[in-house]
Amino acid sequence: MSEVLVVIDHADGEVKKPTYELLTLARRLGEPSAVFFGSPDQGDAVAEKVKKYGAAKVYVVDDAQIKGFLVAPKAEALQQLAEKSSPAAILLPSTFENKEVAGRLAIKLGSGLITDAVDVAAGPDGGAVTTQSVFAGNYTVQAKVTTGTPIITVKPNSAAPEEAEGAGAVEAVAVTVSDAAKGAQIVATQPRQSTGRPELTEAAIVVSGGRGTGGNFEPVEGFADSLGAAVGASRAAVDSGWMPHAFQVGQTGKTVSPQLYVANGISGAIQHRAGMQTSKTIVAVNKDPEAPIFELVDFGVVGDLHTVLPAATEKITERKG
Amino acid sequence: MNIVVCVKYVPDATADRKFEDDFTVDRVGVDGLLSELDEYAVEQALQFREKREGEEITVTALTVGPEKAVDAVRKALQMGADSGVHVVDDAIAGSDYLGTSLVLAKAIEKIKADTGADLVVCGMASTDASGSVVPAMLAERLGMPQVTLASVVESQGDQVRIKRDNEGSTEVIGATLPIVLSVTDQSGEARYPSFKGIMAAKKKPLETWSLTDLGLDADQVGLSVAYTQVEDTTARPPRTAGEVVTDEDGSGAGALVEFLASKKFI
Ligand SMILES: Cc1cc2nc3c(=O)[nH]c(=O)nc-3n(C[C@H](O)[C@H](O)[C@H](O)COP(=O)(O)OP(=O)(O)OC[C@H]3O[C@@H](n4cnc5c(N)ncnc54)[C@H](O)[C@@H]3O)c2cc1C
Ligand SMILES: Nc1ncnc2c1ncn2[C@@H]1O[C@H](COP(=O)(O)O)[C@@H](O)[C@H]1O
Repeated sequence: MSEVLVVIDHADGEVKKPTYELLTLARRLGEPSAVFFGSPDQGDAVAEKVKKYGAAKVYVVDDAQIKGFLVAPKAEALQQLAEKSSPAAILLPSTFENKEVAGRLAIKLGSGLITDAVDVAAGPDGGAVTTQSVFAGNYTVQAKVTTGTPIITVKPNSAAPEEAEGAGAVEAVAVTVSDAAKGAQIVATQPRQSTGRPELTEAAIVVSGGRGTGGNFEPVEGFADSLGAAVGASRAAVDSGWMPHAFQVGQTGKTVSPQLYVANGISGAIQHRAGMQTSKTIVAVNKDPEAPIFELVDFGVVGDLHTVLPAATEKITERKG
Repeated sequence: MNIVVCVKYVPDATADRKFEDDFTVDRVGVDGLLSELDEYAVEQALQFREKREGEEITVTALTVGPEKAVDAVRKALQMGADSGVHVVDDAIAGSDYLGTSLVLAKAIEKIKADTGADLVVCGMASTDASGSVVPAMLAERLGMPQVTLASVVESQGDQVRIKRDNEGSTEVIGATLPIVLSVTDQSGEARYPSFKGIMAAKKKPLETWSLTDLGLDADQVGLSVAYTQVEDTTARPPRTAGEVVTDEDGSGAGALVEFLASKKFI
């Protein structure tokens, strides 16, 4: 069976959930080989994790030469790996950075690129057929790569991770990075403070607030915590400086696809919908009965979020006892 | 110094966007406009020029697209760009990222041969394809460093520094011109064309180029040679509005919690 390269999503060796989703999808196309860009001494621990989801091989790419520069060196490294292993497909978690890596890789390999897939399946000929959600979630598109090695970036929450035992054979790979790829230098990195809440794009429940919060996110955060949810925001809330940009949901923020999305004081503009329309269940609290968000909801409350949310939070806490 | 700003003509996001029978995006039947996200690119190109008083800097707006796409260039000229280039050719229709980035790169190289291209500025994403990949692909094709997804842009001499939001961190990226830069909607409000700007735009040079002008053949781009193929498109069934209750004397919270419990979220 041919290899399928899967780029591991991790933070300093801590493997993230989208990796397991990608490994699960990759098994439909062939035998997954996970690619770890990181510190070689974390390689074995990472391999232990990913082999539980079917990784037959784990390529450990020492990122010492790579991590100080933007995007280009990773694309070179993947090119070298792809030329060595002739994979049936290359899957990457759909982050902004990985999409750019994928774009450069597509040109290097002369291969077709599909971005932001929400599903990947094997077509009649065994090749990858992808599903994408486009035009703010109003259309789904089925597509395939017709030339070269399919390069596909996959959104978080696109598959339920399924375990499968893989060999997890660690293989250290030496890659060479050209000087040309070192043109854009990462001068400084400032890690974001952790909120202690689930990651926005990975969370099963997302509770968001918009302009209607008036800048007071306490009711939104309290409600989110009672449900163990991530907190999100509309651009209006971000532009007002109430929430950092990293929390923005929508076209120019994060796309989320949780089991439950709760929009509070958010009108439901097309650009906001673009980031949440594929959520399984949608709930809104808004004091305007005419707000467009109500066109999308499974359940809605016309009311003031400043009274509805604290009361609901209290009831949930009571129930949980 | 010459700045090239890449602007895309896209179907209006607030209109009913749809596909043609061959599954390409309908770019004719739906009202189009300069992608709002590329207005930020034009703005940053203009600010780059304005911050460097005394230097001879021209801003060229470049688009690849059908007849009507020239409107995207016109808008950029009205905002303050100095000249425009519209690459239009029937053979380009249906190009994917690889095709589009090839045509853009060839056009940039042609501009570069004439007047130079020390800085290429793009938007963070096109509002129709939302790929956020063309700027990186241009950097790859042009052999320039990519300094992408900037929320803040600063420059001094030939040094450019940007701030970029990454997954778990904020990064500062530095590079030396020439570069490919892309900017987000956090980079600063885009200006509106003034009346004076609209009038002046009419007299600004605007060139129309075909594939031949770029030394490209019809069989290098377009739908028939695309590296990807759309097999089907399906309109998502509109979400049927569910139950909406009005909060009276605290009834809303109770109903909300009941709903969440019935769906096993609690
Ligand atoms: C190119 C582009 C990209 C964009 N990208 C994004 C994006 O990524 N994400 C995004 O969100 N937006 C984006 N936008 C902006 C988008 O168009 C809207 O302006 C924005 O989503 C509005 O945010 P909002 O719903 O919080 O504010 P508003 O539209 O002002 O709505 C506020 C809502 O709160 C309700 N409300 C007020 N007070 C209360 C109360 N006490 N209790 C309950 N409800 C109350 C009001 O009835 C109203 O419906 C983008 C726009 C453009 C042009
Ligand atoms: N056809 C085009 N003409 C001009 N610029 C484009 C075109 N397509 C993409 N771009 C530029 O590339 C950026 C990212 O596009 P995309 O990768 O399609 O999301 C846009 O914001 C534009 O600056």
